Amino acid sequence: MVQEVSVREVYGKTLVELGRENPDIVVLDADLSRSTMTQLFAREFPERFFDCGIAEQNMVGIAAGLAASGKIPFASSFAVFAPGRCFDQLRMSIAQPGRNVKLVATHGGITVGEDGTSHHSIEDLSLICSLPGFTVIVPADAIETAQAVRVAAASYGPFYLRLCRPKIPLVYNESYRFNLGKAVTMRQGNGATIIAIGLMVAAALEAAENLSREGIDCGVLNMPTLKPIDEAAIKKAAAETGAIVTVEEHLEHGGLGSKVAQVVARHHPVPMEILAIRDTYAKSGKPAELLRRYGLTAEDIEQAVRGVIKRK
Amino acid sequence: MPLPESGESLSSTSAGDVEAEVFSSRAAGTKSLKEMKDIAKRLRRHIITMIGKAGSGHPGGSLSAVEIVTALYFRVLRHKPQDPCWSDRDRFILSKGHAAPLLYATLAECGYFSVEELSTLRRLDSRLQGHTDCTVTPGVEMSAGALGQGLSFAIGVALAGRLNSQNYRVYVLLGDGECDEGQVWEAAMAAAHFKVDNLVAIVDNNGQQIDGWNREVMSLDPFNQKWQAFGWQVIEVDGHNLTQLTQALDQAKLTKGQPTVIIAHTIKGKGVSFMENNPDFHGKAPDAVQVDKALKELE
Ligand SMILES: Cc1ncc(C[n+]2csc(CCOP(=O)(O)OP(=O)(O)O)c2C)c(N)n1
Repeated sequence: MVQEVSVREVYGKTLVELGRENPDIVVLDADLSRSTMTQLFAREFPERFFDCGIAEQNMVGIAAGLAASGKIPFASSFAVFAPGRCFDQLRMSIAQPGRNVKLVATHGGITVGEDGTSHHSIEDLSLICSLPGFTVIVPADAIETAQAVRVAAASYGPFYLRLCRPKIPLVYNESYRFNLGKAVTMRQGNGATIIAIGLMVAAALEAAENLSREGIDCGVLNMPTLKPIDEAAIKKAAAETGAIVTVEEHLEHGGLGSKVAQVVARHHPVPMEILAIRDTYAKSGKPAELLRRYGLTAEDIEQAVRGVIKRK
Repeated sequence: MPLPESGESLSSTSAGDVEAEVFSSRAAGTKSLKEMKDIAKRLRRHIITMIGKAGSGHPGGSLSAVEIVTALYFRVLRHKPQDPCWSDRDRFILSKGHAAPLLYATLAECGYFSVEELSTLRRLDSRLQGHTDCTVTPGVEMSAGALGQGLSFAIGVALAGRLNSQNYRVYVLLGDGECDEGQVWEAAMAAAHFKVDNLVAIVDNNGQQIDGWNREVMSLDPFNQKWQAFGWQVIEVDGHNLTQLTQALDQAKLTKGQPTVIIAHTIKGKGVSFMENNPDFHGKAPDAVQVDKALKELE
């Protein structure tokens, strides 16, 4: 059984390391530090931690001011509240001036589970990708998370990192090196390419493995940098495999599927299938139950691959 | 703590030599009261001329804050127009970004760029955008125009100064209508909680917003008490009285452990008779005849 690790915990631990290395790292939260795990940083660096209370708009504005004065602020909340509650603040206080703020949102997607609709973040990628200048990263496991957090700290400009609530399987080993803006070939294949982000990468790998037993040979691409998206990798996948399936824990509008479809339509049209949540809100349930209900399991991916190959 | 409703003289205050202290012990480069009054008049003329030429813009809320911004830039702020990014500069953050013409005129008078450039307001490729844009205009700290965001930003700047042991001070100008925004009160709470005493908010309390008087659109009362309840030192002044403004800004410097808000009572459209207290001129440019008339009044 693959080891499952909390990406949130790794985020908190990485912040502590960064805090030790660089006195300009500061952290903000909006009364969720026990869940986002920024509390680890708060404990070690109380003077560099600002709990803004349940006030996401203000938190984002303060982060912008800190960044404008040379600090490297990491601001965290749940993905549904930031960007959800503070979109205009992200737009004018951070995106437009290109402030060096790192928004790290946890509890992305529907695998938040039992808390239900109010806490499921299914629009955040669409919102944040719409803001000019934001770099958007959705790590696939804890190893990628740790590295992405470091890369965000070291790269100037606005970043959004989306983490999920549950522990998720490791899809990398320690030798992995995260490369900003680059897709990662997780598995080679000729019949079709599955492009996935976040915890769907593990499901995509499982699907590809199952399909190979049926004699269907399909590749898997992890797209950790959702924006700017790796156009070359998508063009190559379209050209070499002739069919693409995207899978994401997000609405079909404005996330991975939309972005890949833009590249495919512009540069190399091939049949595509987009696995995502379709214009609805999910309800309470266990994460696994919800993924099944909304068509985001390995089985769903397998079916989509079979379908898309028929349309080649 | 309200100041007396006196004129330019502060002789009725207990600090009898305040005026002398305020206006004689300044660093070189700051202006006398007389010079500041002349500057204020020039700023008003620039505002009218620029907006008239552009054919759109916000005269009312620019004119009401002229003395506030004059007192800051020509008396209080430590800044270097030749080095706008000097890291120890005092910061002025215009949260009510529609008063951009006032800020541009002030920056030009200080020498951040030429007065001639003011005539490019709102034109394609101009550095003087319709609302402030910190990515193009030297001396502009924040891109504003979406009301309610400046105080939060100012807190961040103030906290960074504290963390860096820099002794710059942060001044942020808010509109009273802007204080309808919930974010302003989130920030008000946070500023007191974080005890940012290097932060001063100034409210251009002209009593009006777009749809009319504050008290009719959305009452702010009791405004002074609201700020006090949020943990701020509150000073009320006549916002067209340079002496009162300067004194209040000085008093704020001495206050430790809490932020200060200066509620500056002003008149929207101040200085141009037909614009004063006239909501029509919130966001409308004067036509050519009105520009002439206004400039005559401002001679
Ligand atoms: C978030 C937001 N909502 C609405 C507006 C449109 N708007 C521009 S100015 C203004 C009124 C501002 O009133 P006040 O803050 O009192 O400014 P002043 O009267 O001093 O011009 C409004 C509603 C805006 N710029 N931002």
